[in-house]
Amino acid sequence: MTSGTPASIRLDQVSRWYGNVVAVNDVTMEIGPGVTGLLGPNGAGKSTLIHLMSGFLAPSSGTVTLGGEPTWHNEQIYRRIGLVPEREAMYDGVTGWDFVVYNAQLHNLRDARAAARKAIETVEMTDARNRDIGTYSKGMKQRIKMATALVHDPDVLLLDEPFNGMDPRQRLQLMDLLHELGRQGRVVLFSSHILEEVEQIAGGIEVMVAGRHAASGDFREIRRLMTERPHQYTIRSSDDRVLAAALIADGSTSGVELASGVLNVQATDYARFCHRLPVFAQQHGVRLFEVSPADESLEKVFSYLVAR
Amino acid sequence: MNATVARLTWRSLLGRRRAILLMVLPAVLIVLALVIRGVEGRDPSYGVDLLGRFSLGFLVPLLCLIVGTGAIGPEIDDGSIIYLLAKPLSRYSIVVTKLVVAIGVATAFAALPTLIAGLILSGTTANVAVGYAVGALVAGIAYSALFLLLAILTRNAVVAGLLYALIWEGVVGGYVPGAQTLSVQQWSLAITKKVVGAPAKGLDVTSAVGLPTGIVLLLVLAVAATVYAGYRLRSIRLTGDE
Repeated sequence: MTSGTPASIRLDQVSRWYGNVVAVNDVTMEIGPGVTGLLGPNGAGKSTLIHLMSGFLAPSSGTVTLGGEPTWHNEQIYRRIGLVPEREAMYDGVTGWDFVVYNAQLHNLRDARAAARKAIETVEMTDARNRDIGTYSKGMKQRIKMATALVHDPDVLLLDEPFNGMDPRQRLQLMDLLHELGRQGRVVLFSSHILEEVEQIAGGIEVMVAGRHAASGDFREIRRLMTERPHQYTIRSSDDRVLAAALIADGSTSGVELASGVLNVQATDYARFCHRLPVFAQQHGVRLFEVSPADESLEKVFSYLVAR
Repeated sequence: MNATVARLTWRSLLGRRRAILLMVLPAVLIVLALVIRGVEGRDPSYGVDLLGRFSLGFLVPLLCLIVGTGAIGPEIDDGSIIYLLAKPLSRYSIVVTKLVVAIGVATAFAALPTLIAGLILSGTTANVAVGYAVGALVAGIAYSALFLLLAILTRNAVVAGLLYALIWEGVVGGYVPGAQTLSVQQWSLAITKKVVGAPAKGLDVTSAVGLPTGIVLLLVLAVAATVYAGYRLRSIRLTGDE
């Protein structure tokens, strides 16, 4: 790893807007060693945040620093940063091996070939290294991108949606690798809109929603907040009115609404509601045709975090 | 200068079909020279006509448009430039390296064919071949710098470059005397005229600007465009991610 001041990325009251559109709104966060997941729905500002951290965007206001150094207009930070961009484009007419060697040479490494060999072995692309990048599958391209980011042994790794296009085996492999890099004391930040990906490897998470920093900290704590929020359900049954009366009399729900042909329920005690609903149905001779969550989308979950 | 940036630029500029595309115009120039030589025989005035109109007026700006924008434009468009920019490299070094490669390609595919076509039509008489080859070389440097800058400034660099090269220089410059003074073609013709020397007047090798003005404007354009390109590359925004 690159030596020097301990790596940590700090954003201090950072906003970024494009004309009238605010992409990132007054975000303050610090990313330290270990694996951190940057979670949020599509369009939440995750890529903008990663571009700000990696020095490819100037903050409209606030400051972004790496180890105390500003990231904007500071090419020297790339000695410490390895970046895996979301976009797939590379140099398609070049072999994977040449591309990683070129990246090592661009970092002016003393033994570029040895560094490239090690990085390619790390991402398990040794067998396919002599093929043109244009012939690679999406998952293979992701792994070669990963090799280019690791080739100079950076102490900060920024990955924008790194699991996109990977098959389950490649996913597990990359998760193991990120976990190991975090364990070594590197700052590993990856963005994702898939909760389960983040859950499996990230110790800490930062949640972004609509450009705002919605939540931060330990995954389990945030997950608990997510699961404890009131849940909205839409129910279709043989007798919505009877079911509504039984549910509202029970402590697991805070509200019911009879709409056209459906029953909308707000459950405050998720576990009890799941247990009691079929019991009530059986007791009152009501047939359940459909029980579907109305607010399970990530956007809704994230919005709840923002609204708290 | 950075050897790896040069290698990557070289590969993308001359990769596969692009190299064939680059060979078309110089091949047409040489074939035309051979046909004229076969039909009319060797005469420096034919050299002046073909090299002035086709080479300096068409081949050089068009080829430089392809290589100047092609040296960096596709990487910006598809986002692969990030692999160069996410390195501890000076942005000016990236621009200068790409410009040197573009000039090298322009020399090989524009200045050299101009020299060959000139030799076919004029031999070594009156320095016509060398004069136009030097003109093509200096025009190639200025055009490449200009078009490389355009590729950094706008995603529509090819259209903007075509408007400049064909409309401004080809049409407006042909009829409006004032516009001719703001023409790379005219500046390079001032140098061609100097190299051809005394026979230039008889062969009708003319330029809208004097030699000192031509040299200064070519230098100012090439240097200013390169410096500004490096400056803008430092702040380039890579879009399309979110």
